[in-house]
Amino acid sequence: MSNLSVPNAKTTPENPHLLPGTLPKGIHNPNHRDDSNAAQVALIETLSKTKTANCYKCGKCTAGCPVSEHMEIGPSQIIRLLQLGNVDKALRSSSIWQCVSCLTCSSRCPKEVDCAAIMDALREVSLLQDKVNPQAQQIVTFQRAFLDNIRRNGRLNELDLIARFKSTVALRTREFSFLFKDASLAPQLRRLKKLHLSQPRSKDLSVVDRIFARCTEIEK
Amino acid sequence: MSRIGIFVCGCGENIARTVDVELVAKRAGELPGVACAVAYKYMCSDPGQGMIREKIASERLDGIVVASCSPHMHLKTFRKAAQANGLNPYLVEMANIREQCSWVHSDREDATQKAIELIRMSVAKVRNNKALKTIRVPVTRRALVIGGGVAGIQAALDIADAGHEVVLVERAPSIGGKMAGLSETFPTLDCSQCILTPRMVEVGQHPRIKLYSYSEVEAVDGFIGNFKIKIRKKARFVDMDKCTGCGDCWNSCPLKKNPSEFDYSMGNRTAIYIPFPQAVPARPVIDKNQCNRTKKGKGCGICAKNCKSGAINYDDQDTIVEEDVGAIVVATGFGLYDISKAQDKAAQSGYGEYGYGKYKDVIDSLQFERLVSASGPTGGVLKRPSDGVTPKNVVFISCVGSRDNAKGVPYCSKICCMYTAKHTMLYKHKIHDGQAHVFYMDIRSGGKGYDEFVRRAIEEDGAKYYRGRVSKITQESGHLMVRGADTLAGTTVMIEADLVVLATAMQPAAGVEQLAQKLHVGYDQYGFLLESHPKLRPVETNVAGVFVAGAAQSPKDIPESVAQASAAASKVQILLASDHVTREPEVATIAEQTCAACYACAHACPYNAIEHAEVRTPRGVFVKNTARVNPVICMGCGTCVSVCPSKSADLQGFAEQQIYAMLESLI
Amino acid sequence: MNVGYYPGCALHGSSNDYEQSLRACLETLGLKLKEVNGWICCGATAAHSLNNKLSMALPARNLALAEQDGFKQVFAPCPLCSMQLLKVREAIADEDVRRELSQVVEADISGKTEILNLIQIFQNVGLDHLKAAVKNSLSSITAACYYGCLLLRPPKIVQFDDSEQPTSMEALLSVLGAETVDWSYKTECCGAGMTMASEETVLSLAYKILNNASEHGATSVVVACPMCHINLDMKQAAVERRYGKKFNMTVYYLSDLVGLALGLSAKQLGIDRHFVTER
Repeated sequence: MSNLSVPNAKTTPENPHLLPGTLPKGIHNPNHRDDSNAAQVALIETLSKTKTANCYKCGKCTAGCPVSEHMEIGPSQIIRLLQLGNVDKALRSSSIWQCVSCLTCSSRCPKEVDCAAIMDALREVSLLQDKVNPQAQQIVTFQRAFLDNIRRNGRLNELDLIARFKSTVALRTREFSFLFKDASLAPQLRRLKKLHLSQPRSKDLSVVDRIFARCTEIEK
Repeated sequence: MSRIGIFVCGCGENIARTVDVELVAKRAGELPGVACAVAYKYMCSDPGQGMIREKIASERLDGIVVASCSPHMHLKTFRKAAQANGLNPYLVEMANIREQCSWVHSDREDATQKAIELIRMSVAKVRNNKALKTIRVPVTRRALVIGGGVAGIQAALDIADAGHEVVLVERAPSIGGKMAGLSETFPTLDCSQCILTPRMVEVGQHPRIKLYSYSEVEAVDGFIGNFKIKIRKKARFVDMDKCTGCGDCWNSCPLKKNPSEFDYSMGNRTAIYIPFPQAVPARPVIDKNQCNRTKKGKGCGICAKNCKSGAINYDDQDTIVEEDVGAIVVATGFGLYDISKAQDKAAQSGYGEYGYGKYKDVIDSLQFERLVSASGPTGGVLKRPSDGVTPKNVVFISCVGSRDNAKGVPYCSKICCMYTAKHTMLYKHKIHDGQAHVFYMDIRSGGKGYDEFVRRAIEEDGAKYYRGRVSKITQESGHLMVRGADTLAGTTVMIEADLVVLATAMQPAAGVEQLAQKLHVGYDQYGFLLESHPKLRPVETNVAGVFVAGAAQSPKDIPESVAQASAAASKVQILLASDHVTREPEVATIAEQTCAACYACAHACPYNAIEHAEVRTPRGVFVKNTARVNPVICMGCGTCVSVCPSKSADLQGFAEQQIYAMLESLI
Repeated sequence: MNVGYYPGCALHGSSNDYEQSLRACLETLGLKLKEVNGWICCGATAAHSLNNKLSMALPARNLALAEQDGFKQVFAPCPLCSMQLLKVREAIADEDVRRELSQVVEADISGKTEILNLIQIFQNVGLDHLKAAVKNSLSSITAACYYGCLLLRPPKIVQFDDSEQPTSMEALLSVLGAETVDWSYKTECCGAGMTMASEETVLSLAYKILNNASEHGATSVVVACPMCHINLDMKQAAVERRYGKKFNMTVYYLSDLVGLALGLSAKQLGIDRHFVTER
């Protein structure tokens, strides 16, 4: 069992060398065969249709990623974690949620590893296994609200989305100022005729609901 | 054949442990047509061979079967033994009762029985063996070397020094190849031209080297020992006999803005030019597409006016000359992968992210060599191409186009790690307050003194190495920004660069595929010429008499190219050592009486060994068309035998009749 | 001539100025846009980030609907929509995938419909034809052509222009008489759908793009994507506040400039509905 992520370990009589609040690197021991890790990696590879073994860690993805300078773990390191079998650390990272899906990584990879698809797969599994990084809650809330909106309306109802997104975040974080952020844009949006108080829904909403049901069922 | 001798070898324990060799010999002796059958511990040993020779004489044997190991091991040995006692060596057969019997079976009874069957088959075969004669081919004791780079020069000198005439063909106006354009070479930092030009002069002055510069091989006919070469001498517009190389012409030419090929467009040259001062031959050429006089018929004529020797000839034409040679060495060298444009073969081509071709200060490694070379366009003073400013931060990027499955080539170009380290040192030696940055994936420095050389670049000359690739080069605030990664520290690295040097992939020189087609030499999907065997026969090709040396075969550095060149030269010398070469006679023949001249065999033959021929009466009256095998080129693969619809093609030593006899003996 | 039209959620939402622009412009060129009957959201960023199956199913449904309507070509002005449609179209070359998706979306998909982005629509009209139709040469425009991400990536799927040094927009603008600058951020991401979810990211990326365009002498930026427009136009004021630098960079939709060149007014094209007013 590789014990790479030991969050918030405290100093105890057993491990007097640890500094409180640090995330120690740990020791990676490949002699320990961990089938659950292998299964996790296989899941990510199946979802992303790409082989992590092909990556030779050149770092071109990290170098080209527009947001990598803000990430704790860059894309090439995420893939390295998968190569080491430490899927958990990847699933719990904030990096996968900072990714903007610009596809620069996959387009430039000399080994044709689909890094962007791996990010998608990690996001999906992270949500399924309830390992979402606390820093990414706002982003996840938005995406979930978006999908919910589509399920109900077939097409995006912007006001509905904004309202639900902002209220969910505000309620969770108790920062009610969030509700009014960007509110100053509202009059301008109104003037420019970009604010739609009502929007037509698409027809055949039952189909949409069934499609969603099938896709969520298959997941489980 | 009625007096066949059987010799069963025990091979120590290798055969005898599993096969009852005494019993095998006894049974073999009972076969019809067998005069004697003996068993011995080591048939290939001196006493063993002596036994064979003795029996040939005493039993008056007219054919022998040696039942022992694989023919790959000792067929030659036993044939020699037979020949020593006057028996034709092609009347010797081997039954493999080791690799195909004792080494793959464990049951003694079964193995022994099988050994007897194998010998029975061999006896059936040898009964129909013919007393073949080795084929003797006369050899033209001259060699052709294609390519005048360092490999071609070395091969030419070695062969010429051994006493044979060499025809050296080089398509550029001067020999010297890529090495002539380098600044200094690793790991010694020798001045490249200083070590090469003495060799170049030697070639130019060698009494046995016939140099065709500014020429290309037009056609190749013939076969080993007997090649007929057509060479196209491109029009130089300068009479080589009259010209003294004084330079009045190129110094007066008004067309000065043509990008120089020798400087890889880092500098310009005139329309009539000599590529570099130490060129061999030191005679100019006119680029016919740039000079108005040669292109359109109406020009300034200034060079002719200034020429005191009357050597300019605007009406020059290409000429074709013919040369006969016995051996060919292909040493056509390499070029750099051009990342500024789409490639035919890459999956997804072009490296737009590096901005080569868009940003003037992004150059490749050969261009950098010219900028730091003392004979270069800036006289060795390093200035960046866009504005001539001295670059204080130079970024070197490795593996551009190499090790790339997506766009580029998947192989490693071998020399870039070394020359990049060299570049950082040349840079530092010129610009003392400059900083070199290198982005690398791995360091490949396996040669003698190579790893120490790279460490010197880092530890003594202060080059900064970052382990990671570069993703993009942008222009921001008037500077080139290089965006790369350092995977060891796990961070993105952004460097403001004054100059960026790309180590682009090595690929075979342009046009090598057309040349290979002319020579019938194989090449891989990148154009690298195919060696006969990657480990044991690195300088031979599958075409007899054609050898390969240098970067034309695979990416390599100068010491390896020189070594291969001498190796190829030594193979050539073996070939040219006598006035004839012998070939094994186990080749195909066509029964011309029954041949229908459909030429299916000629189409199928992978070695181009089958010719269209005519059958005529002694008086010359035409009888019929036929296919005819050239026994010198034929490799005895048997493909023609299998496609011939009239069963006219057969293989000597492996005739169809023999194969049927072997099979029938088993039933 | 009838062209199938897949607007996508953005164009019917806060980017309806884009729709106004392209409708006016394409009508002048004689192209009638017919919406795909019953279209639904393509899934945008949320679907591919959270549910791989859904990210294939939603565009698949739209491909099927377009086929049912008999469209040979469908114009999708939002590159995220067009890329996802192309992605599914490529995936269904595998018969097993095609069958499964057809089942999930309750409609048979064949994948024969061609998907076009805005630049391709103009290319199909023909650059020579456009040049002949120009009434007002755009000589006062010095633009940085901004392609963003999904018009060009993934290159194997969209197979459009060059993914690193594209030139299709520049070629188009030059026949209209506009000047374009050669700059370094043509294909750098603006933050796409993160405008609400992670505004900080968008501001930092938008800043770099506007800055580089300005450094290279552009006075306007041209886009062919509704998200890029929002991040560079609606958010420009926020970028200026955050980084303390004024850009005053007009952000045009490509159809704005084509429309202006063809003689349409700014009002007709909805240019007056942008946040950053025209210079």
